[in-house]
Order: sequence, then structure tokens, then C-alpha cells
Amino acid sequence: MSSGIEILANQEYKYGFVTDIESDMIPRGLSEDTVRLIVAKKNEPEWMLEFRLKAYRNWLKMTEPRHWPNVTFPPIDYQDIIYYSAPKQKTLKKSLDEVDPELLKTFEKLGIPITEQKQLANVAVDAVFDSVSVATTYKEKLRKHGVIFCSFTEAIREHPDLVKKYLGSVVPTNDNFYAALNSAVFSDGSFCFIPKGVKCPMELSTYFRINNSESGQFERTLIVAEEGASVSYLEGCTAPKFDKNQLHAAVVELVALDDAQIKYSTVQNWYAGDEQGVGGIYNFVTKRGKCAGRNSKISWTQVETGSAITWKYPSCILQGDNSIGEFYSVALTNHAQQADTGTKMIHLGKNTKSTIISKGIAAGRSNNSYRGLVKVMPKAENARNYTQCDSMLIGSECGANTFPYIEVMNNSSRVEHEASTSKISEEQLFYLQQRGIPQEDAVSLIINGFCKDVFLHLPMEFAVEAQKLLGMKLEGSVG
Amino acid sequence: MISEATKSQGSYQNAFQTLQANGAGPQRVPWIERLRESAMERFEQLGFPAVQEEEWKYTNVAQIVRAGFLPLTATGEVSAAVGEQQLAAFTYPEARASQLVFVDGLLRSELSSLTGLPEGIKAVDFATALASDPFSELLREYLGRIVDYGDNGFTALNTAFIGSGALVVIPKGLAVETPLQLLFLSSSTKANLAAFPRVLVIAEENSSATIIESYNSVGADSYFTNAVVEIVLKDGARLEHYRVQDESTESFHIANTRADLGRNSSYETTSINLGAKLSRHDLSVVMDHEGAECRVDGLYIIGEGQHTDTHSVIDHKQPHCTSHQLYKGILDGKSRAVFNGKVFVRHGALGTDANQTNKNLLLSNEAHVDTKPQLEIFADDVKCAHGAAIGQLDEDELFYLESRGIHSDLARNLLTYGFAEEVIVRIKVESIKTQLDEAVLNRLHARLEA
Repeated sequence: MSSGIEILANQEYKYGFVTDIESDMIPRGLSEDTVRLIVAKKNEPEWMLEFRLKAYRNWLKMTEPRHWPNVTFPPIDYQDIIYYSAPKQKTLKKSLDEVDPELLKTFEKLGIPITEQKQLANVAVDAVFDSVSVATTYKEKLRKHGVIFCSFTEAIREHPDLVKKYLGSVVPTNDNFYAALNSAVFSDGSFCFIPKGVKCPMELSTYFRINNSESGQFERTLIVAEEGASVSYLEGCTAPKFDKNQLHAAVVELVALDDAQIKYSTVQNWYAGDEQGVGGIYNFVTKRGKCAGRNSKISWTQVETGSAITWKYPSCILQGDNSIGEFYSVALTNHAQQADTGTKMIHLGKNTKSTIISKGIAAGRSNNSYRGLVKVMPKAENARNYTQCDSMLIGSECGANTFPYIEVMNNSSRVEHEASTSKISEEQLFYLQQRGIPQEDAVSLIINGFCKDVFLHLPMEFAVEAQKLLGMKLEGSVG
Repeated sequence: MISEATKSQGSYQNAFQTLQANGAGPQRVPWIERLRESAMERFEQLGFPAVQEEEWKYTNVAQIVRAGFLPLTATGEVSAAVGEQQLAAFTYPEARASQLVFVDGLLRSELSSLTGLPEGIKAVDFATALASDPFSELLREYLGRIVDYGDNGFTALNTAFIGSGALVVIPKGLAVETPLQLLFLSSSTKANLAAFPRVLVIAEENSSATIIESYNSVGADSYFTNAVVEIVLKDGARLEHYRVQDESTESFHIANTRADLGRNSSYETTSINLGAKLSRHDLSVVMDHEGAECRVDGLYIIGEGQHTDTHSVIDHKQPHCTSHQLYKGILDGKSRAVFNGKVFVRHGALGTDANQTNKNLLLSNEAHVDTKPQLEIFADDVKCAHGAAIGQLDEDELFYLESRGIHSDLARNLLTYGFAEEVIVRIKVESIKTQLDEAVLNRLHARLEA
């Protein structure tokens, strides 16, 4: 192909700056004392200490999953991580005016509006900087509708009963190595509660930012939609460029009761490391939703473009009869990135339905795997699953893998899986170029067409961003 | 569990010692002895696979371990006489004068007949092969080199007990029309017998042939078959390979087949699994030369109490190779089927065309399917697809037939038959087709009567 595209150097990771802000950090390392110190720093009640210590003790007994995913990385020294880092600012912030201007500037630079008056989009934002939530917008407006949207710290303080009831109910503390670690040391995150019958009036969003080079980020998100409630939630993430790998081990739990709907969208753009694969975030995340009630629905949409390693399987436990689980994913890897991502759909209730659409794009020397499980239990009569996983390879140095696990235990269910792998064909490119479309636009068009089935499910602003992101990430990789 | 596994492993070790002391013929050839010793050592290290291992996640072999099967060679006994009449039931008419018969894993030349084969093709036991130069060289070059015993305890165990076995050589340029049948029979005269069939097939340049590998049993006892088949296709060779496993439903069947394909060679195989209480087939097709192509089909029809597991690996290592895989399963009663199909497209294997399909039909609510079709692709200019489906008969299709006056039971049978037919029609040996048609229909009739 022409050298035109080769000249287009890979666009710099534009979120790679570091904010110079004084931080309150605890010494590196992890022990029961660290857990106690975090609890003390955050002024948490006794039951939280118990929850964390239980998780920590479980974690000690677990071994790191190093062999089954299709990823390789050097051993992580869990004692060399700072488990709590908070930007120093005025102790109590009554309004946004009191948030450190340096922080506001950071989020503005990232394009995240946390000053409400400047904001056009109808989105409430919780901004998380390293270990703590620095600002949550539109709280008052949401409160009028009975919606609780706040940082996790505040939720533990203000709504302990709700947190106690649902925390760890979907992802137990002994679920897996990283979930246990998160449960022991998680610093902050978002809590969201939509009461019975309420349709959340605006989209909720959390923006995660890692700033400190030595700290890991361990946040926790808990979303509960009561009977008949519905909510759409967005998540975005960026981090500065460091030569060192950083660990991000988050846990997201969703609970949908009868007739409730939760839509969770992610655009993940953590720093992916440089072309040689130096630095970048290890994104080891546990996300799971439970359709606990009848006719409930949980829908995951993700666009994964960042991180040196992505290890995440947003899953649905379809417990309630007639519940629906959906998973729409675009995972793009370039240079030396590795992604092992997919979903789990566990069908327990009758007439449960799940749909999985996964699009993997691998470029450079990257490795992109889809790994999914569809499990239909004996009592899940008339369960239905449709899975489609398509991969696109750009260049001959990359790898695309598909590992679907399908386990069906009754005969009234129907499960289908389809996968294909292809490359951008010369003919398609030629056709577009012949009509005067420059090569890089043609590539972008084809890729966007390939991902359309997923982008359709993203909220509008996110879809635009995702398309741009994809184009940007791939620049220079075709040629 | 651990102690039982160790005990069972110990009994194989004892059997091996007996063999070392009393062995004769091929077992005394120094290089075979070394191969067997190193395989036994490997088996001692590996032991029997456990469900904790990803490759054995869905198949528990504890029953095989517990039963403590022993090979005939180790017991010093001879298997019972098998009459020609008994044989007739398991012989395909096309191969009446071209068959090798093994009883309990040992080749029985008095029951075999090769008069129907053209001059040039060689189908001999290892002892005969070792006595003549070119064949002993071939044996030494390939035996134990195609199927790797390093990561599979059962394969290591088979290799440790190599003795009687068959070498098939199709010479350069020879086209053999008559199918050659390798019949493996269990005599079932002695309880808890283990058989270790071993076959090496070498199809030389531009030759073509058809091989039927079949497993049957005279009785209905519990026994254990652990077979290893190695196949080498030289440049331009063509081989049609049918594998029919119709063992007693009380038996255990573990098998490992691998075919290495030469440049522009063609390998077409159909694996049929009807019998055995527990069966497992590991099948690898390795395409390490340009332009090779393979068609890998399979059909499993199982009922109450049966478990069947297929693990296949299709490895595209060089450019411009083609693979098509279609596996279908019909499950009835409390049965379980496992399909694990890996397709690798290695770095640089451009122009690969690979597709893989696994479809399962569940006739009973207690049937259980675990399927895992996998693609691992490391080259961009390729065309790869795979699919899997698990379901039941389509209500609309049933309604259509019923609305035309066809009884619902018959309609069900028709549709089930149609499901299996996609694999059956591609079989080129008429009598296998007939056997399968009957197997499908008999099962359905039995179901109707029940």
C-alpha cells in the first residue's frame, strides 16, 4: 500500500500529561496494616474494615491467574504499589468552586465538564482522580428524582444500609484474585441507586484518571436499579504516560431488580504503552451484572482501545425469568497491546435471552482475544443466545483469537455462535479510493462499518468519540 | 482419588515390567524398546489426565482409572478365538478381501485377508515390517514421531505398550480403489481388558487410497481401548480416512489420531462415534507444507449414559492450505457431548481458508453439550470462520410437516435424519453410509417404540 499512510505517524496519546498536584499518599506495600490505614484515612465504619480484611485474607490464599488468558506480562510486585493516593485539597468541598482549580483544569483538559454551567450535554459526572472522587455534578437535580449518585466514600457515610446490602452481592470478595485485591484496598468509585419506578432523568457518568506513577487504581462501582427503574451509565478513563506499568484493578457490580434496566457503556482509553510496549496500564477488571428480577435487562457496551493489557469479561447473571443480557464490544489493539476480553452469560431463569456482539481489531504486533462463556443451566428453559465475534487483522504480525465456551444443559434452549476473521480487502480500499476517498479515510470508513453493530448501542456523544478514537489509534498502521 | 490413580498407574507399571521380562518380537528391537521405556517414563510423570487440566475439563476419566484395566500382553493369556461368522458382521462388503483384523489390540493375520488389494500396497504387522529393510527404516523414521506422547498420558501409555501394530504403506503414484479396513475387535472374554491398537499409515507421493478404521465388540463387557493412529501424507498424496467407533456401551474408548500433510496433499476424514460409555478422540491435522487441504467431518449419535468428547486441532502452518470441518451431534437420554476444536493459523500462513462448524441436536432434556470452537490466528490475509449451534428440532419445520399429514413422530424422525444426513452424504463408501442411515433410523425407531 502507499507510503502516504506510513508517513502519518501514530498520533501521540494526547491524554498523557501529568498534573502537578500535591498528593496524600500512604507508603507502598500491602498488609493488613495497609488495609487498616486506608479505612482510617477514609474514616470508614467497622463493617467496612471487616469486609476489606476478609477480602484481604482471601486474596492471600489465591494465586495470580497467569496461565489461562492469552496474555504475558512480567510478574507484578504487589508490595511495590501505592494503594492510596489522594490529591491534597481543602478538606470539605461544598461546591465546585472549592475544588482545587488545578484539578478542574485537569478535567477540562481531558474534555470532562465538571463545572455544570459550562456543560451542554445532559450528563452528570463523578470525577475520580487517583484514589478519590473529586467532584460529582448535578447531585441536587438527581436527588429531586430520588436518584442517589455520589462517590463511594460518601455512599458508605450517607447510605450505609444500601451499600451493606449490595456490596459484594454480585462479585463476592473471593471471586477472583484481582476482585479480592480490589475488595481489600478499593479507595473510591461511584455509587448509584435508582429507586423504584424512576427513570433516571440524565445519563450518569464516571471519569477515571490515574495521575500518580507509583499508585495503582482500585475503584469500585455499584449500581442498583430497583423495580421498574432504568439508568444509562457511562465510564471513561485516561492516564498519563509513564515508562512503568501500572495496575488498574476495578470491580463493577450492577443489580437490576424486577423490570429494571441498566445500560453500562465504557470507552476505555488508558495509556497503552509506547510502540515498543514500554509502560502502559494493566487493566484487570471484574465487571458483572445480576438480573435479579423478572424482565430485567443489563446491557454492556464497551470500546476498549487503551491499556497495555486488558483482562476483562463484563458478565450477566440472568437469574430472573425473562431477563435479558447484552454485550456489545469493540476491542482495538495496536503495537504491543494485549487484550483478552469477552463476556459470560449465565442463564438461570426461564426464557432468558442474551446477545453477544464482539468486534476485535488487531494491528501492529498486538494480540487480541475474545473469550466468552455461555452457560445454560438445566432450569433455564427456553433460553436463547446469539453470539457473533468478528476479528479483523491489520498487518501480518498480529494475532486474533476466539475462545468461546458454550455449555448447554437442557434441550429447550437454543445457542448459536458465529465467528469470522478477515482483513481489510484490497478491493474495498481500491473501490473507495477510486471514488476519490483518501486511503486513510477509506480505512476509517471500513473499520467504522465493521464496528457499526456495536457503535449503534453507544450513547450519541460516546459513539462520536469512539469513532474518532478508533481512527486515531489506527493511523499509520495500514500501509 | 489420588491413591486410586496411583494404584492404577502402578498396575500398568507392573504390566510394563512383565512385558519387559517376557516381551518378544518387535518389543525386543532396541530402538522400540527405548521408545517404550521413554514413553513409560513419561506416563509415570504425567499420570492420567485430571479435570483440572483445561484439555480434560469436561471429561472425567476416573472410571477408567478405577477399573484397573490390564493389557493382554501383560496377563500372558491369549484372547479367545473369533469365528469368521462373528467377523462378518463388522466387515464392510467393499473391504471383504482387504482387511486387517486386530483382536484385543493384537493383529490376527489368520483372520485378515489382503487378496483384494493391488500389488504394491503394504499392510503388515510391525514384526513383518521390521524384517524387511525399507519398511523397518520407515517404521523407525515415523513410529512415535507423528503423535506426540509428551503431553498426553494415554498416548504415552499406548506407546509404552507398542507391540503388535499395523504399518500401511501406499507406494508412490499408486491409486488404490478398494478400501482397506482396519478392524479392531474386542473379544470380551476376559473382564477389564485393555487394548492398545497402534497404526502407522504412510501415503507416498501422489498415491491415493481409502482406509476404514473401525472399532467393534463381540460382547458387551467393560473393556478399555486406547488407540493411536499416525498418518503421513507425502506431497500430492490423497487419503480418505473413515473412523467408525461402535464399541460396546459398557466400554471406554480413548484415541489419538494425527495426520501430517505434505505439499498439495489432500486428507478427507469422517469420524463416527456411536458406541462406548465414554469416548474421547484427539485429532490433529498438521499442514506444514503449502497447498494442503483437508476435510474433517464428524458425527456422534449417543444416548442414555454415554459421553463422547472430540478434541481436534487443525494447524495451518504454511500458506494456501484449506480446511473444512463439520461436526454434528445427536444426543438423547442422559448423555453428554464435548466438542473442542482449535484452528491455528500460524504466522505467515497467508491465503489460509479455514472454516469450522459444530452443531448439536438435543432430543432429551437431560442431554448436555459443551462446545468450544476456537480460532487462533496470527496472519492477516486469511479467510476463517467458525460456528457452533445447540438446539432442538424447529417447531415451524415440524408444523410444516404435520400440516401435510405427516405424523409428528415421523416428522421428528425425518428432521433428525436430515440433520445427520449433511455429514452422511459426504461419505463415499456405500456400506458406511448404509450403516449410519440404519444407526440413525434404528435409534429413532427405538425411541418411537419406547
